[in-house]
Amino acid sequence: MGLMAKDTDKPKGANPEEARLRQQALGVKLRQLFDDVVNEPVPDEFLDILRKHDARSSGQD
Amino acid sequence: MDQGSEAQFKRELVALIPHLRAFARTLCGDAAAADDLAQDAVMKAWDARASYQMGTNMKAWTFMILRNQFYSEKRRSWRQTQLDQEAAERTLVAIDDPSAPLALDELRQALGMLPSEQREALILVGAGGFAYEEAAEICGCAVGTVKSRVSRARRALQAILEQGDYRRDGLPASDAMRSILSDAERLSQPR
Repeated sequence: MGLMAKDTDKPKGANPEEARLRQQALGVKLRQLFDDVVNEPVPDEFLDILRKHDARSSGQD
Repeated sequence: MDQGSEAQFKRELVALIPHLRAFARTLCGDAAAADDLAQDAVMKAWDARASYQMGTNMKAWTFMILRNQFYSEKRRSWRQTQLDQEAAERTLVAIDDPSAPLALDELRQALGMLPSEQREALILVGAGGFAYEEAAEICGCAVGTVKSRVSRARRALQAILEQGDYRRDGLPASDAMRSILSDAERLSQPR
């Protein structure tokens, strides 16, 4: 009795479980940041590039 | 490349545009510059279509093109270091704002403070859905290097974001931020 150290004595942030959860939260946020851009509508300029290429190559044929 | 393969190549390339834009955004920070970069990459990929082997990983192939484009431009640009410095200063300003900014904005700014090779490794693996092996191929480095960059990036991000919290508890943000920046710099030095 009384030989075991109490978890509550540990400094804040030393808990590996808490660190793991923080990393998990960071991962979710990171994907959200990336996916927010992925889900944006693609500006017309991008498709224009490929259309122009089409026109050029069919002109060459 | 016959017409059928070319049409298929184009379909796949178009489907990848949103992902290329997202990757470019994390490399450049600035949305307009990122779209310019992504457009250049799309053009380069289209021009290089004959050298692409159908059935291989087109996403990794296009990401590699975009990344190479980014670094060849960066080499030519004397403004890069200055821009990173500005990113760091903007972050300090934002964190000093008591009307607490969105967590996503904080993360975006914290990402901007990481050395670019750590940032890209973390984005590719943590958000882009690439395996370590694929990320290594895209970045042209060893798998172990990618792994260590990802874990350094995670630690550094966590530290930056946590320091932001401490700041709200009343500790000076600038000192903490300076030490993180120098940590990040030290960690990024080749051994």
